[in-house]
Amino acid sequence: MAAASTTPQRTAIDPAPAAIRLKERLFAGSLFLSTLVGLLFLAVLIIDVLQDGLSNLSWDFITSFPSRVIPENAGVRSALLGTLYLIVVVAVFIVPVGVATAVYLEEYADRDRWWNRIIELNIQNLAAVPSVVYGILGLAWIVRGPLSLGRILIAGALTLGLLVLPVVIVVAREAIRAVPPSIREGSLALGATKWQTIWKQVLPGALPGIATGVILALSRAIGETAPLILVGAVAFARFDPTLTSQFNALPIAILEFVTDQERIFHDLAASAIIVLLIILLLMNSVAIYLRNRYEQKW
Amino acid sequence: MAGADLIAGFGSPPGGGGPDLTRKRTTRSVSEQVIKGLLAAAAVLSVVTTTGIVISLLNETIQFFGEVPIGDYLFGTDWNPLAGGDSQSFGVLPLVFSTFYMTGIGLLIAVPLGLAAAIYLAEYATPRVRKTIKPTLEVLAGIPTIVLGYFALTYITPVILRDLLGIEVQVFNGLAAGIVLGILVLPTIASVTEDALSAVPRALREGAFGMGATKRQVVTRVVFPAALSGIVAALVLGASRAVGETVIILVAGGASPNLSFDLTGPQQTMAAFIAQTARGDISTGSTEFLTIYAVGFTLFVITLVLNAIAIGFVRKFRQVYE
Repeated sequence: MAAASTTPQRTAIDPAPAAIRLKERLFAGSLFLSTLVGLLFLAVLIIDVLQDGLSNLSWDFITSFPSRVIPENAGVRSALLGTLYLIVVVAVFIVPVGVATAVYLEEYADRDRWWNRIIELNIQNLAAVPSVVYGILGLAWIVRGPLSLGRILIAGALTLGLLVLPVVIVVAREAIRAVPPSIREGSLALGATKWQTIWKQVLPGALPGIATGVILALSRAIGETAPLILVGAVAFARFDPTLTSQFNALPIAILEFVTDQERIFHDLAASAIIVLLIILLLMNSVAIYLRNRYEQKW
Repeated sequence: MAGADLIAGFGSPPGGGGPDLTRKRTTRSVSEQVIKGLLAAAAVLSVVTTTGIVISLLNETIQFFGEVPIGDYLFGTDWNPLAGGDSQSFGVLPLVFSTFYMTGIGLLIAVPLGLAAAIYLAEYATPRVRKTIKPTLEVLAGIPTIVLGYFALTYITPVILRDLLGIEVQVFNGLAAGIVLGILVLPTIASVTEDALSAVPRALREGAFGMGATKRQVVTRVVFPAALSGIVAALVLGASRAVGETVIILVAGGASPNLSFDLTGPQQTMAAFIAQTARGDISTGSTEFLTIYAVGFTLFVITLVLNAIAIGFVRKFRQVYE
């Protein structure tokens, strides 16, 4: 500050004293370097996974069942199919429920009513509940207890669906909120009912945002391991899953590979990780495409 | 909203008032009500979920405390539920200690890096740089935790800790797990903090610049303090994520709960214990299995409290500037 008094009219052209400039640069530089740490970590992680996993990755790896005995013949067929089935079933569950909740909260709910505030608070809190606790819920209420579905694929999907429902709701609400009131008012003025307005005007306008949210939620769901451990996914399932059979999933297969003592299984874990990351990459590309292609500017 | 509701009341056109129209309007308003009911039912599912979580946890936890005195559970320093006979003990403190200890290590990594990244992105980065770095951080946030666990076990421990830094760590150790836990919560802390920094009005910055402050002074003495409640919310949210994280600790942290500060050896958190036990072959309904629910309930309460604190801080910083 003393420097400022000697050069009271310092502008961008006048250089500040060297000591101050150095401090400023050091500060900005260390901020930048710290930002790079996370990116560096990501880069090293991906390179490491590729190095360990690419050599075992083949069509056989994708189409073979897992094997505890002969690692060379082991594959992720049941895990991959399980994960793909989970994506579909979770989507079927979370899209209607998540969007309906978002529509209710944005278009119908009176925020001054205590029950609506409870619902909002609930969703906020649910988003913070650890995934392993959802696993306990799935075990106690879906696998056993009231629903008693057993350790089947649908039970796993419902558990994952409940886990990511808050994500869908939050994103869908934002998308619905982004549709300007003038669209609603125009529709209502033409004689449409409230629901017709929502169905024909608001939801189509909010669709890209909602789709992005659903894909985000799905990619979170298929990366989850802990809830599936609790619900009882079968790591060495040597059969194709059906909706009502026991099931395997990629994260569970990876966990089983990585906790094995033998080194070769660690490399198989890396191969399975590559498969999982490719699915996630595809899903996110679709989300980005949807966002760019259909995004509405009001 | 109020305006839209008002208009909705006049949803059907008044029209000529013929009998047909009137009937149509009633069936319409009935179906409108049904739809509203269905939507509300979907919204109520979230409340049912919470209730379900609480009941499922509480039921078995009460059963657990019928068999294990609650004092022994809460204050016991020895956690060994799977041991037979006299050495079996249910003191949860080692798990709670490990949970907070691991969270602490994670935050030690994530807080400086996350705050620095947030400040850089909000105050320094050019739009182009921000457009590259932000999505990359989002990718990092989207990496499944099982992948991070794999990385901690097969790379951080052998390559970074042992070979590069020469630290004598065991195969399963708290250090690798803690570091990766930090990387896990880094994007959360960075993005919530960046939101908080961006919410600070321009006028505050310009006022400080006008007084002759340098950029660093503006950032550290004006913007940062002004965003403090949002930053605290970011830290609490990050902590809450770390507390509930399961698979990283399960894969890289080992499975022997002990009250030890030693990071070169194994650490077991509450969430990791739950998953570990669920993977084992313990008969459901036994006291050993009921520990899942008791520990789960403890974990649930801890994250609920953390989340309530975070929500409080977020509200505070919204009130100030919005």
